[in-house]
Amino acid sequence: METVKQLIYKEKKPVKVKSPSLWKQTYRRLKKNKLAMISLFFLIFMFLLSFVGPYFSPYILDRTDIAYANRPPSASHWLGTDNYGRDVLTRLMMAGQISLTIGLASMFLSIVIGAFLGAVSGFYRGVVDLVIMRLADILMSIPGLPLLLIMGAILSEWKVPSEYRLYIIMIMLSVVGWPALARLVRGQILSLREQPFMQATEVLGLSDRRKIFHHLIPNTLPLLLVVATLNVAGSILSESALSFLGLGVVPPTPSWGNMMDAANNYMDFRKRPWLWIPPGLTIFLTVVSINLLGDGLRDALDPKMKR
Amino acid sequence: MLSEALLEVKNLETNFYTEEGVVKAVNNVSFSIGEQETVCIVGESGCGKSITSLSIMQLIPESGKIENGEVNFAGRNLLEMSKKEINRLRGNDIGMIFQEPMTSLNPVYTIGQQMIEPLQEHLLLSRKDAYKKAQELITLLGIPNSEKIINMYPHELSGGMLQRIMIGIAISCNPRLIIADEPTTALDVTIQAQILDILRDIKKELNTSILLITHDLGVVAEMADYVIVMYAGKIVERGPVMEMYTNPQHPYTKGLLKAKPLIGERKESLFTIAGQVPNLAELSDSCYFADRCEHRMDICLKKHPELKETSANHSVSCYLYEGEAVR
Amino acid sequence: MSETLLEVKNLKKYYSSSKGIFSKKNESVKAVDGVSFTIEKGDVFGLVGESGSGKSTIGKTILRLHDKTEGEVRFKGEDVFSLIKKDLRRLRVQTQLVFQDPFSSLNPRIRVGDAIGEAMVQHGLATNKDVREKVLQVMETCGLSPYHADRYPHEFSGGQRQRIVIARAMALNPEFLVMDEPVAALDVSIQAQIINLFSELRKKNGLSYLFISHDLSVVEHLCTKIAIMYLGNIVEMATKEELFDNPLHPYTKALLSAVPIPDPRVKRERIILKGDIPSPVNPPSGCKFRTRCPIATELCAEKVPEFRDVGNEHFTACHYV
Repeated sequence: METVKQLIYKEKKPVKVKSPSLWKQTYRRLKKNKLAMISLFFLIFMFLLSFVGPYFSPYILDRTDIAYANRPPSASHWLGTDNYGRDVLTRLMMAGQISLTIGLASMFLSIVIGAFLGAVSGFYRGVVDLVIMRLADILMSIPGLPLLLIMGAILSEWKVPSEYRLYIIMIMLSVVGWPALARLVRGQILSLREQPFMQATEVLGLSDRRKIFHHLIPNTLPLLLVVATLNVAGSILSESALSFLGLGVVPPTPSWGNMMDAANNYMDFRKRPWLWIPPGLTIFLTVVSINLLGDGLRDALDPKMKR
Repeated sequence: MLSEALLEVKNLETNFYTEEGVVKAVNNVSFSIGEQETVCIVGESGCGKSITSLSIMQLIPESGKIENGEVNFAGRNLLEMSKKEINRLRGNDIGMIFQEPMTSLNPVYTIGQQMIEPLQEHLLLSRKDAYKKAQELITLLGIPNSEKIINMYPHELSGGMLQRIMIGIAISCNPRLIIADEPTTALDVTIQAQILDILRDIKKELNTSILLITHDLGVVAEMADYVIVMYAGKIVERGPVMEMYTNPQHPYTKGLLKAKPLIGERKESLFTIAGQVPNLAELSDSCYFADRCEHRMDICLKKHPELKETSANHSVSCYLYEGEAVR
Repeated sequence: MSETLLEVKNLKKYYSSSKGIFSKKNESVKAVDGVSFTIEKGDVFGLVGESGSGKSTIGKTILRLHDKTEGEVRFKGEDVFSLIKKDLRRLRVQTQLVFQDPFSSLNPRIRVGDAIGEAMVQHGLATNKDVREKVLQVMETCGLSPYHADRYPHEFSGGQRQRIVIARAMALNPEFLVMDEPVAALDVSIQAQIINLFSELRKKNGLSYLFISHDLSVVEHLCTKIAIMYLGNIVEMATKEELFDNPLHPYTKALLSAVPIPDPRVKRERIILKGDIPSPVNPPSGCKFRTRCPIATELCAEKVPEFRDVGNEHFTACHYV
């Protein structure tokens, strides 16, 4: 018979000793979510199509050829041509570059602003918190779309050249986007502060820097990642809506939104569906994929895990 | 047993389907409760004691499934009943009390509104009569100012008060069986003493049977007529309360009794059961307690022992009691 | 004469709870209402009470996790509340806290080994090179295997997590540990393992504890000196032997009789207290326990009983002792 003491040390050693990092574990769980994985692959495909695809296109983006205007899809023009004789597929790919860049860049900007202001607000509280949060409240109390419309109209009024409008739109979208993020991050940090493990960092006498960078921020990252993903979808939609109304990216620069503008024209709408169905569909599928991926991430990232 | 069985659970098996695999939360559990008998199920967290009670009431969470077995209440199998019949039974013939009185009551309704619900539903009382009865119940449970309490909301009352209200709701339709799942775990000792007192009184006055789920061996000793010890989803030992405390047989039962510090005992160090409760998704063929057991034999690693009767009403699932032949 | 480690004098901690902006009444919750005690080196001081008695607040206040309202806390003669940041960090090494809930007191995104080692590095008790070795050493004393260091908290059971939390505290080699209900969330068989670990650590490292608990049997097993709290005050304080053999305050007596004994043969007369613990916002006048006390008289409502020595280092606050 063995003594109890011996039994403790005889505990079976697991085969795998080091457990994989949490990000790896997250990816493993994400892999099990079929819908999210399909979405991920679709998004990768969209990126490749938009950024690499144009190099394989025999057509030059802005070259017009009236003789070939308004041709339906064919072997040489897979998605047909528009009313200036430009290849729709090439334009769709180039538009993808612009729409995706705007989506990603404005997300990135709003995350940086939102997370920073939110974290400052939540960590230091007091007057700083008051000022930042009231500013966020003011921005949030103005409906987003009308605000963007007004800003878009001003841009048109000032006759900003088409190539710069792109960047201005990114900034516009982030201005509208950050308050929600800042609130979220602040709420997260406020609740984390009260967690016993944050009190433990106090008892252990860790420095403020260690507390913020090793304990607080890593715990807000998962949530940020999910929100950031969903935010990209929102930005793409807003950009499309603006461009569709002619207030965002303006021709000749293509974007999925202003390509949809074709649907505004009765003849194009009735007779030439290849002009507006492809951009409409890409917007729809991209946004749905991003949302599905975001949902999948949310499930996979839950740090509490199943017990 | 005192008299004929009121509730009889036979070979109950409840599984949960999780990411890690199938968890056998309740693994071939059989027992019965006689009229006016108090049966306690003791065990540590994750041993399946709560899931057993929830399986009886068919309230298990969605990822779980009752795979096998019979639950006979007053001669009828609950597992074969329709939803409607079960609903009539719950609250009417079987009352339930949960661990967290704070979360078992709906915060947006007053105490009175929640107390009259089962009275109107099962006893078909009018609103007025139901309120009157609810007030009587509150007074019966030793809470003063019943007219005031009845119009209060759950957050205005303390945990002990709320647990009394829960008991009031559970007994309002004169049930034949009360299932109490850790009813005093969330409460302070002095309040626990009050609640246990009330449960004892109820049993005497209303002639109900009680199925009490707890992890506290002290509570068991005070309340139980018959004790069931569970470990990793299985019953490892069961017997009348005196037997269990004077002559515990399974090494786990013995260990539990020795591991708890007693008032007035004052010894150097406590007896411990080494190791951890096994992961229910990764059980092998061995006796589930084998890797923590100080009497482990070779056979323990091959097969889980059957529950065998060693004396009247006292059964244990351990090879130590299966005679020399096995060793 | 033994060395005094911690001295608490007339400590008060009130939380203000204003009821909305429009209410003029600014009521305060008197969580701790004038508590004094001293802990000598090597003592295991048990602080017992029911929920709302203020015992956890005391634990956190003496470590300066909260501000105090009034009173004095001295650790080795130094006033804890007048320390500047640099000195406070020095205090952090000497005093540690073990929390009740092992699940939420570990950062879910940090590996166990890093969680134990980070404070060591921060306080210069280990370098980046030898931290791993030192972590494994501490883990071994606390009954953990080396491979546990590379895992995340969610992969452990409650008992193991509590070991991790203890290891994290022990890593700094403190002299004084505050334990806030460290075994309340654990199962009996695991609880015994952890309690034995406390005894071992105490013997080996000469630690002193402030052990906060509601479980009298655990306190009796582990502590040398015990204080019973009710609604923010200590009602009785004595050595373990005195308190359990000769309880004087009616609340202590009731508490002792309320603990269920795991032996069905023992039948005893119980003192069942009436009613609930009153709200600490509006405690009863005079003796706070009088509303539930079986021997209360008019005197108890009028006069606050004095906390006095009744001999044999036995203190109690009751008019009728």
